[in-house]
Amino acid sequence: MAIQFIVNGKPQSVDVPPNMPLLWVLRDTLGMTGTKFGCGMALCGACTVHIEGEATRSCITPVSSVAGKKITTIEGLSTDRSHPVQRAWIEVDVPQCGYCQSGQIMSASSLLAKNTKPSDSEIDDAMKGNICRCGTYQRIREAVHRAASLTRAEAAPPQPAKEEFAELEPAGEHAQAGGRA
Amino acid sequence: MSAAVLNGLNRRNFLKAGAAGAAGLIVGFYLPDRADARAQQPAGAAPAKLNAWMMISPDNSVKIMIDKAEMGQGILTALCMIAAEELECDWKSIRTEFAPAAKEYFNPAFGMQGTGGSSSVRSSWDPMRKAGAAARDMLLQAAATQWKVEKADCRAENGMIYHDASKRKVSYGAVAGAAGLLPVPQDPPLKDPKMYRIIGKSTKRLDTPDKVNGRAEFGIDVRRPEMLYAVVARCPVFGGKVASFDATRAKAQPGVKHVVEISRGVAVVADNTWSAMQGRRVLEVKWDEGTNAGADSENISKLFSEQMSKSGAEARKEGDATSALGAGAQKIEAVYEVPYLAHATMEPLNCTADVRADRVDVWAPTQFQTMAQGASAKICGLKPENVFIHSTFLGGGFGRKAGTDFVMEAVETSKAIGAPVKLTWSREDDMQHDFYRPASYAKMAGAVGPDGWPTAWTTRVACSSIMEAWFPGSTKNDLDPTSVEGVANLPYSIPNIQVDYVRTEPGIPVGFWRSVGASQNGYFSECFIDELAAAGKKDPYEFRRRLLDKAPRQLGVLNMVAEKAGWDKPLAAGRYRGIAVLEAFQSFAAQVVEISLDRKARTVKIHRVVCAVDVGRVVNPANIVMQSESAIVYGLSSALYGEIAIAGGRVVQANFNNYKVLRLDEMPVVEVYIVPSEEKPTGAGELSVPPVVPALCNAIFTATGRRIRRLPIRAEDLA
Repeated sequence: MAIQFIVNGKPQSVDVPPNMPLLWVLRDTLGMTGTKFGCGMALCGACTVHIEGEATRSCITPVSSVAGKKITTIEGLSTDRSHPVQRAWIEVDVPQCGYCQSGQIMSASSLLAKNTKPSDSEIDDAMKGNICRCGTYQRIREAVHRAASLTRAEAAPPQPAKEEFAELEPAGEHAQAGGRA
Repeated sequence: MSAAVLNGLNRRNFLKAGAAGAAGLIVGFYLPDRADARAQQPAGAAPAKLNAWMMISPDNSVKIMIDKAEMGQGILTALCMIAAEELECDWKSIRTEFAPAAKEYFNPAFGMQGTGGSSSVRSSWDPMRKAGAAARDMLLQAAATQWKVEKADCRAENGMIYHDASKRKVSYGAVAGAAGLLPVPQDPPLKDPKMYRIIGKSTKRLDTPDKVNGRAEFGIDVRRPEMLYAVVARCPVFGGKVASFDATRAKAQPGVKHVVEISRGVAVVADNTWSAMQGRRVLEVKWDEGTNAGADSENISKLFSEQMSKSGAEARKEGDATSALGAGAQKIEAVYEVPYLAHATMEPLNCTADVRADRVDVWAPTQFQTMAQGASAKICGLKPENVFIHSTFLGGGFGRKAGTDFVMEAVETSKAIGAPVKLTWSREDDMQHDFYRPASYAKMAGAVGPDGWPTAWTTRVACSSIMEAWFPGSTKNDLDPTSVEGVANLPYSIPNIQVDYVRTEPGIPVGFWRSVGASQNGYFSECFIDELAAAGKKDPYEFRRRLLDKAPRQLGVLNMVAEKAGWDKPLAAGRYRGIAVLEAFQSFAAQVVEISLDRKARTVKIHRVVCAVDVGRVVNPANIVMQSESAIVYGLSSALYGEIAIAGGRVVQANFNNYKVLRLDEMPVVEVYIVPSEEKPTGAGELSVPPVVPALCNAIFTATGRRIRRLPIRAEDLA
C-alpha cells in the first residue's frame, strides 16, 4: 500500500514495504542521494534528516512512521546554499571528503532552529552523534558558531541606519564562488 | 595503448564537454601517438584539449582533468592551483572532471594510475606545471600568429593574452582552437617561484560548494538506468569460501530478483539496497571456513613473540649494536604491540558495474584506477581498454579504496545477472572484510652511557608484509620496507643501530592504512626514544634536539613545535604534555600533546595538540592545516579506541559501537604551523597521523610514570 509524506515541500507517494527505512526510500526509491548511508544503526549520523523539524536518523526510521509527515533533506535545506549553516560551512571551508557533511549540516541546522546562541557544550551535545573520519570537528564547531551568528543576524529586525549599506556587503557565497580565499 | 583506443576515450570526453555546448579540438601532450588522433579531428568541433589535463572552451572556461582520487585530502584543488599558476588562467574559469583510466594519467610514483602514499602533489608537481606552461606557450603563439607579432612581445594574464605595444588583447577561449593545432613545446619555461600568485596562498577548496547541499557524487550515489542493487554474503572467516547455499528464503523476500554465487560469496540482488540486505539476512549459506578458523588475537600475539628469538631481515645496521647494548651504563628493554586496525571510511565500499558483451563500465570510489580496470577486464575476458572506469568522489579512502575487491564483486555480479548493478557493503561488511593495518610486535632495546646519552638502539619487528600481499614478489631479501618504515629511518645520532624484520603471516588480510608502517613504527620509536631520555635523565625535547644534529628538517619541526607549544613554560596544575617527531613520505612533523587525567574515572582528556610540519614548498597552506587536523584526529582515534580483534578467524568488531572513533565532544584544540621551505613539495595527507600517538602516550607517562606499550590505551593505563 502506498505511503504518503512530504519531502522538501513536495508530496511523495511510495509503494514499498512499510518497515523499509526512510534512508533507503530517499536514496533508492526517490533517487535523493544527498542523505548518506554510514552505519545503519543510528551510530554515525550520516543519514540525518529533519522530520517535522527534528533531526532524525533516517537509517532506523521505518517509512511507515513518517506517513503524513514533513521531511527535510539536505537537498531541501535551501535551493541556493543560502541557509546560514551552508553559508558558514562554505566560509569556514569545513568539508574534506564531505561524505558525513549532509548529516552534520542537518544536525547543526536542527540545533540552530531551537537555539540561536549555543555554547560549546550545547554544540558538543547536538553534534557528537555525527562521526567525521576526516576529523573536521574543530571546523564544525567554529562553523556552528558562525552559522548561529548568521542566523541571529537574519532574525534581527532591520536596522534603519544600516539598511542602505546592506546591499554593498558581499554575500559570503559570492565571495566563495570562485573558490578563492 | 593504441591511438584508436585513445580516440575512443577522447570521444567520450568530447561528448561530455559537448553537452556543455563547447567546441574546439584536441592535441596530444607527452603522448606522441596522439598526433594522428588530433589530425582526424576537424577544427572547431570540440573544446580545445591542449594536453591530457587541460581543455579550453570558446566561453573561456578551463577544464582541468583530475587524475588523482579526491578522498578528502584536497588534491582536486591543489592540482588546479598548480595548473592555473603556469597556465595563467582566470581561477574562476576553472571547471573540473575526474579523468578516465588511461595511460597518460599514470602516477610516476607507481607506474600506474593511482592515489596513495602522499604522492599526489609530489608526483604531479612537475608534469602539471609543465602542462600548464606548455599550454600557455601554445596560446601565446596562437595569438601572436593571429596578430602577426612576436610571441615574446605578448603576455598571458588571467585568461587573456595581451600585446601591449598595439594595445590588443584576446581571450584564451578565442585562440584555444588555433593553439590546439600547434606543436606542443616539450620543455616550456616555468615561472620563477617568486612570481607565484596562486601557489603558496591559502585557497578555499573548489569542491566545498557541492559538499554542503548533497550534490557531490560519491560512488555510492551513482544511479544508472535499469540498475539493480546488490549486497554480498561473505565467509566470516578469512580465506573461507562457499560450500553450498539455499536461496529459497532469500528469493521469497519482496524485491529480491537474483541470488548468484560469485568468487567472494553469494550476491543477493534486489530492486533496492534494503531489500537486498533483507534477502541476505535469510540467505542460508554453508561455509567452508578454510584454515584460518582457529586464528585469534592471543594466538597471533604469541606467534609474534615467538619470532623475537629469530634473526630477521636486516633493515638497518650501523656499528655493532648488540655489543654496545651490553656495554652501556644502562640497558633498557621493552616490548611494544599494536592491533589490526580498520579504515572505517565514512562511505562504505561500493561499486556500480555494467557488464556488456564488448565493454564494461565501472563507477567506483577507487584510489587505483589501473588495477580496477585490469581486474575488471580479466573477469570479463576483455582488454583493459574496453573497461571504462568512471571515478567518483571518495567518501574517505585512507588506503582502503586502493583495493579491487569491491570492484570485482560488482563486475562479477553484473556479469552474472546481465544487468547494471550497484553493490553496497554494509558497515559490518566494511569493518569485517577490510585489508587491515597489520598488527605488529616490536622488541626494543637501547643503551645509555654514563653521561645519559644513548649508545645503542635495536628493534626487531614482526608483522605481515603488505607489499607481498598486494604485489607478490615485490620485496627483496624478506624485507618489506613498509613493515619497518618509521623505525628503520630513525633520525637520531646514535652510534650503534640495528633494525630487523621477521615476516610473520597470521592469515589476516592486510593493506595500506593512512600512514602505513609509520603508524605503528612511529609509535614504537618515538615512545622508546622517550624511554631512553628518561633513563638518561634528560628532558624529552632537549634529548631529541641534541640527537637530531644530522637531521635538519626533523630538527626544524621539533624546534618550531617546542616554541609554539611553550615547552619552556610550566603547565597549569594537572596538565601534562608529551612530544614526538617523525618523517613520513619525505615530509616531517612534530607534535606536542597536552592532557589531563581523571584518575578516578580512568579517562584522559586531550586539551591541545600543537603540530609543526615541513612539507617542502607549500601549494595550499590552508589545506596543509586541514590535513594535519584530519590526520591528528585519525591518529587519536587509533590510540584511544582502535582495535580489530580476531576470534575464531573472524573480526569481533562490527560497527561504530564497538569500533569507536573520536567524536566532536572529544576534539582537542589543534594548532598547526608550517615551516617555510623551498624544497620540492611533498604530501601532508598521512604525515601527521603517526606522531600524535606517541606524543599522547608520552604525555600520559609524565602523568602516571607508566609507559603505554600496547594500543589502544586502556583504562588501567590511566590511573
